[in-house]
Amino acid sequence: MLRLEPRREPSRIMFYVTPFLAIGLTLVAGIVLFAALDKPPLPAMRLIFIEPLTSLRGVAELLVKGTPLILIAIGLAISFRGGVWNIGAEGQFAIGALAGGTVALAFYPTTGWWLLPLMSLAGMAGGAAWAAIPALLRTRFNANEILVSLMLVYVAVLLLSSLVHGALRDPDGLNFPESRLFQTSLPILIEGTRAHVGFLVGLVAVLLSWILLERHVLGFKIKVLGQAPRAARYGGFSEKGLIWFCFLVSGGCAGLAGLFEAAGPVGQLVPALPSGYGFTAIVVAFLGRLNPLGVLLAGLLLALTSIGGETAQIAMSLPSATTAVFQGMLLFFLLAADVLVNYRPRWIAQRSAAADPLARSEAPVGTMQRLPIP
Amino acid sequence: MRASRLAKLVAGSAVAGLMALVGWAAHAQTKPKVSFVYVGPIGDHGWSYQHHQGLQALKAEFGDKIDTNYVENVPEGPDAERVIDQLAASGSSIIFTTSFGFMNPTIKVAARYANVKFEHATGFKQAPNVATYNARFYEGRHVIGLIAGKMTKTNTVGYIASFPIPEVVMGINSAYLAAKSVNPNIKFKIVWVSTWFDPGKETDAAKALVDQGADILMQHTDSPAAMKFAEEKGIYAFGQASDMASFGPNAQLTSIVDNWRPYYIRRVKALLEGTWQTSDTWDGIKQGTVSLAPWSRKLPADVVKLAETARDGIAAGTLHPFTGPINKQDGSPWLKEGEKASDKDLLSMNFYVAGIEGALPK
Repeated sequence: MLRLEPRREPSRIMFYVTPFLAIGLTLVAGIVLFAALDKPPLPAMRLIFIEPLTSLRGVAELLVKGTPLILIAIGLAISFRGGVWNIGAEGQFAIGALAGGTVALAFYPTTGWWLLPLMSLAGMAGGAAWAAIPALLRTRFNANEILVSLMLVYVAVLLLSSLVHGALRDPDGLNFPESRLFQTSLPILIEGTRAHVGFLVGLVAVLLSWILLERHVLGFKIKVLGQAPRAARYGGFSEKGLIWFCFLVSGGCAGLAGLFEAAGPVGQLVPALPSGYGFTAIVVAFLGRLNPLGVLLAGLLLALTSIGGETAQIAMSLPSATTAVFQGMLLFFLLAADVLVNYRPRWIAQRSAAADPLARSEAPVGTMQRLPIP
Repeated sequence: MRASRLAKLVAGSAVAGLMALVGWAAHAQTKPKVSFVYVGPIGDHGWSYQHHQGLQALKAEFGDKIDTNYVENVPEGPDAERVIDQLAASGSSIIFTTSFGFMNPTIKVAARYANVKFEHATGFKQAPNVATYNARFYEGRHVIGLIAGKMTKTNTVGYIASFPIPEVVMGINSAYLAAKSVNPNIKFKIVWVSTWFDPGKETDAAKALVDQGADILMQHTDSPAAMKFAEEKGIYAFGQASDMASFGPNAQLTSIVDNWRPYYIRRVKALLEGTWQTSDTWDGIKQGTVSLAPWSRKLPADVVKLAETARDGIAAGTLHPFTGPINKQDGSPWLKEGEKASDKDLLSMNFYVAGIEGALPK
């Protein structure tokens, strides 16, 4: 039978090569897919990967779509580096939008220069507060943060929905489940498009997180916690403090992204506001190798596939699942390549689990734990 | 060398592909383009499916005179505006946005593209280049309410509702009043699923309703999941938006079928003739936008007669499903004896009528 054996020295070069390998394999598989769908593959590829970049409008939309992905994924990258698996960014995104949006609606119709900063703070605080729940349960009761944070996504989305159906509903909106349009919105970066200053904030977040992870002792502690929790304990680092930090930062980033989405392109609270950014950002974080610069590029790439997927859908009548299939393939090839970088497949004639304790079938869990460290 | 030959091949096919694309794009520029935005997949066999049938009817009617395209599965969130904007930017002449949540995005995009016409289904905001249209589904709900009142043995109707917006609330009220008029003991159990299309949630809701004693299911969601469940359970159900008999040949008593074809053909014809103007259209059984699927053979002749009389009465304008006296759930009077509900009242309806149990989700 086929076994996976851990490699003693996983190649460091391959670690940075695999994302590109995964992109290449996705392209090849995409060509096969389009051919199977009876659509001309190369024009389809052009529509997905190049067409959106050929107009100002396309580039602006790329920034609009990429901003929440980058902001959320930056927070997740920090968190995942510390081995803190916050899977609930989608919920923190929703609560951030809810908190910031509530501030705007509370002051309605009053507005001023102070309103947007206040909304942003509320958004960050909301996301961080939602992330504090799994942080508390993890540090206090050792509850599994993957489950807790994931389950809280559904609670958050329903909470947003119920408030938009009720207390926050537009009084002039004939009972439709939407809030009022906010009295203020994010400044636009490029005149005539939807690109907003949120992208600049995303760039600042990239820079700050790079400084944190590469130049600051706190980042060092987080990385040690992620790679060798016992060493972190021997080193006298506060494990609980670091877990809290990871959750609050990733929750705050997701909350801010949610508020930017509500106060930027959407302009109001709607039940469908959380449309999957929090989950796609997990792909972004891993594709970007949990490295701030990598996250920036990966975020733009995934935004490109989303927008390009729509372009292709419109121009060639492709099914809407195309985009999801593309993004899924990207993650699949990346993880598959990672498994092969970390493990050696070996054909073993006879099964003898007791003889070789290293070769137990722990491969998938093992890869997850071994993955995020350059 | 092999590598360079490969490179040439790749470059060659890329150029060929590019040329094909340019040719295709040039071809597309010459005719008015009609675009559709769907909230669900075109294969939902419900709401989006029927709008897509409308698109097919346009193709059949106008043939080479128009180009068409569509985008399916567009969430009613941040992506909607981009999709609509992209359609407008890529040369669409008229864009039909077919779900309520596309209202504000449609209005925003329309403000940027004065030369493009927009049509938004089920909303209430118009502009010089944005028209709205909807159908009087409550008329169909009246007919299925009558049938349900006659056919239930447990006197309990299960209702899978989506969002507590006026359109859905008036559907519940209409069906309830009709059922009550033929069966004073009728009870409605209502489950809100907060989605238009989610077969899993819809099935769960159907299960919960059957557990509460319902032996007939109605739905205001778009998938045939509840119909399939009813078929398995051996109970009755009414289809939504499309004829769902193929999913429940024994279960389906009838379906409220949306037929957008006449409206779409009318509007695109106006566009081609240059007479398109903004408008607010609310058609029903009379105009054929709302119709009922063939009656199940399980319906006794007297029930068929009752249903057909009601349907024909609504079409003729002699019967209005909301005719007083009707009180609200809290007991306060709404319509006086013989008074008919105004469209304005219906379009802002946010209360249950007297007799329905439970509270509207707030």
